[in-house]
Amino acid sequence: MTEIYDIAVVGGGNAALCAAITAAKTGARVIILEGAPEPYRGGNSRHTRNFRCMHRGPMSPLTGTYEEEEYFHDLMLVTKGKTDEHLARLAIRTSEECLPWMQEHGVRFQPSLSGTLSLSRTNAFFLGGGKALVNAYYNTAADLGIEIVYQAQVRHVHRDGQRITHLEVQIAGAPATRIEARAFVLASGGFQADIDWLARAWGPSARNFLIRGTPYNRGVVLKDMLDQGADSVGDPTQCHAVAIDGRAPKYDGGIVTRLDCVPFSIVVNRDGQRFYDEGEDTWPKRYAIWGRLVAAQPDQVGYALIDAKSIDLFMPSVFPPIVADTIPELAAKLGLDPAAVAATVQQFNSACRPGPFHPTELDGLATEGLEIAKTNWARPLDTPPFYGYQLRPGVTFTYLGLKVSDSAQVHSPEGPITNLWAAGEIMAGSILGQGYLAGFGMTIGTVFGRIAGKEAAAHVA
Amino acid sequence: MSLDLAPALSATEEARRQIEICNACRYCEGFCSVFPAMTRNKAFADGDLTHLANLCHNCRGCHYACQYTPPHEFALNIPAALAEVRHESWERLARPQALSKLFQERGVAMAGLLTVALALFFWLIAAFRPAGGEGFYAYMAHNLMVAIFAPAFILPLALIALSLRDYWREVGGGRVRLRHLAQAGRMAGRMRNLDGGHGDGCNFEDGDRFSHRRRIAHQLVMWGFLASFAATSSGTVLHYVFDWPAPYPIWAPPKLFGVPGGIAMVIGTGWLVALKLRADPNLGARRVWGGEMAFVLLLGAVAATGLALWLATGTAAVAPLLAVHLATVMTLFLLMPFSKMVHGFFRFTALVAEAGKQEKG
Repeated sequence: MTEIYDIAVVGGGNAALCAAITAAKTGARVIILEGAPEPYRGGNSRHTRNFRCMHRGPMSPLTGTYEEEEYFHDLMLVTKGKTDEHLARLAIRTSEECLPWMQEHGVRFQPSLSGTLSLSRTNAFFLGGGKALVNAYYNTAADLGIEIVYQAQVRHVHRDGQRITHLEVQIAGAPATRIEARAFVLASGGFQADIDWLARAWGPSARNFLIRGTPYNRGVVLKDMLDQGADSVGDPTQCHAVAIDGRAPKYDGGIVTRLDCVPFSIVVNRDGQRFYDEGEDTWPKRYAIWGRLVAAQPDQVGYALIDAKSIDLFMPSVFPPIVADTIPELAAKLGLDPAAVAATVQQFNSACRPGPFHPTELDGLATEGLEIAKTNWARPLDTPPFYGYQLRPGVTFTYLGLKVSDSAQVHSPEGPITNLWAAGEIMAGSILGQGYLAGFGMTIGTVFGRIAGKEAAAHVA
Repeated sequence: MSLDLAPALSATEEARRQIEICNACRYCEGFCSVFPAMTRNKAFADGDLTHLANLCHNCRGCHYACQYTPPHEFALNIPAALAEVRHESWERLARPQALSKLFQERGVAMAGLLTVALALFFWLIAAFRPAGGEGFYAYMAHNLMVAIFAPAFILPLALIALSLRDYWREVGGGRVRLRHLAQAGRMAGRMRNLDGGHGDGCNFEDGDRFSHRRRIAHQLVMWGFLASFAATSSGTVLHYVFDWPAPYPIWAPPKLFGVPGGIAMVIGTGWLVALKLRADPNLGARRVWGGEMAFVLLLGAVAATGLALWLATGTAAVAPLLAVHLATVMTLFLLMPFSKMVHGFFRFTALVAEAGKQEKG
């Protein structure tokens, strides 16, 4: 490829597409370099589901209001203050104007859903999920004349002082070629699919982690930029992980591998011992900590045990539970020591006390006298058949990223890199220093993708 | 290397495997009637799958939106899995069984039957040409037509009624209320299950892009067919109640319904054929592709020959055109229980059942 593009966008998920579309609408000549093959295009966006959106009044499909302060407060709760307030507020405030923009460019939302989802005030759900959103944006991009290349692995971003001159790109395994452009947007995600990198950062136990999303987020571009002295942000040793079904595929299991049974279970480790209060809070407020809890156990594995009373209290899992008529039999089927598990269950059962059980609220039905209490929903496991699920940490994303300004520009100690912007997971650590807020990843991607596209287009105009 | 000796899953087992994965995701809730029906269950009995399969209108929205389509190891293809179960249910519930699969799958068999019908009508017109009579009845006596077509119409309908009764039992349908019929009528009348939930239409002929083409083409055929049926019915009423036999002038109900209906059917079937040629056959039941295509062509032929017959009034072409038209109508009637024609009956029944199930929650 000898042509010179106005803007080369590295990556093919939500942030990359928002940047490319925004830039192309100004008339710029844009190329998208997506590392994945076409069926897997879209990075982790294809696994997402919703967009967290500020709104000062009802705004279809969102109900009520969700103001900046409440949104920011929710973010502070999960990040425990590890956020760049300026960038966070920018993302929150800009989210409101993003929703109509998304609809204009083909994204469709579910009408406020019936039933269990209580997020219709704060989060707009994509009809068909993230892959439908990705498809809509790719169609919009094609209609705008954006060139889209799949299996385009960017190996090197060539920096010459405070400018980027070109990319070295391997397309479908062919020898690397140069792609030249006048401005560049990096939106190629984090490094969570590179197990070696995870193992170096977290420790060898990371090899037992499952990766919930795309196998293509290997952080090649992120590492290349950090090696070239770009400013970084976020804890390089940390990743966000939730507890998922241990039988999930190593990569790309997505939403269906989640397990919502913990509050109604007792969870034991490899040695048949409980290790944390399963009923500490409702599951939407606790699912995110169980990845780390399980990761800290021997062999990075846990086992949730349930009895027949509770099996219908949570969303079905994609994998059927292991079933047995007695606890020792269940333990044996799960590969655990039957005697140890039976002792744990017996001890737990005798610590339960009678009282009203309310599965949908904190019912205060707690154990008495246990070293590790279960503080809500504590009912004895006494009604066969008994069910068991294996739990493993499922990594969602990594926190290490490129530090950007409020114009999404990438910086180095010598100052801004004049023709380089970043958006999406590759820079999300600036705002999400810890924890996760449902639907906020897509907000960051959309807001900063559009900013990056606008700024890059202004640079080449 | 080990040999994989696991037996292939049956259509119902494969659909169950896929729907259980689907039901743990639910991102597609909102596309169509299948998803709200699916989320009422945690486990899926065979009858539940039959119900979901007949609610599915093959809009394919869920397939293009799915994170788990091949090459993902979960290998979901919900439109194809449900199409297989759906066709299997029509074949299983049809009677006589021997005929059911033959015509669903094979356009050649349908063409064979048509040929036999053609021969029959050419012979009838040649051998039993009446002495008097006006219009068509100058070529074939009214009573002879009634004697042939009344049983050829009523018998297949009776067979379909028996199939639908079995279907109702299989899916656990409850008591039918007028409002259930009204809801099903609204869904079918506007083909809501092909509007994508967002109103942009379905995915069919152009990958993951949405369009209303298939929905409009289908409705042209459906409303055209119903108008043609109204034309025949009004003709019957005029004949017997008002003692006014054919031919009818252009302003009389048989023509007022029949001409636009026939034109809509010709346009709609031609459009559906063109769309089907562009659609991905792997997102439907592949084995019935030929039978479905033959059925659409047959419907188009019924309408086209009917219009041609009207335009040929008074010319020498009437005799052969009449034979051809009556042969296509005869084939269509006889094949109602064994061809894609039956989908209309099952889909509508499924929508009625779903209206009732929604109330029960």
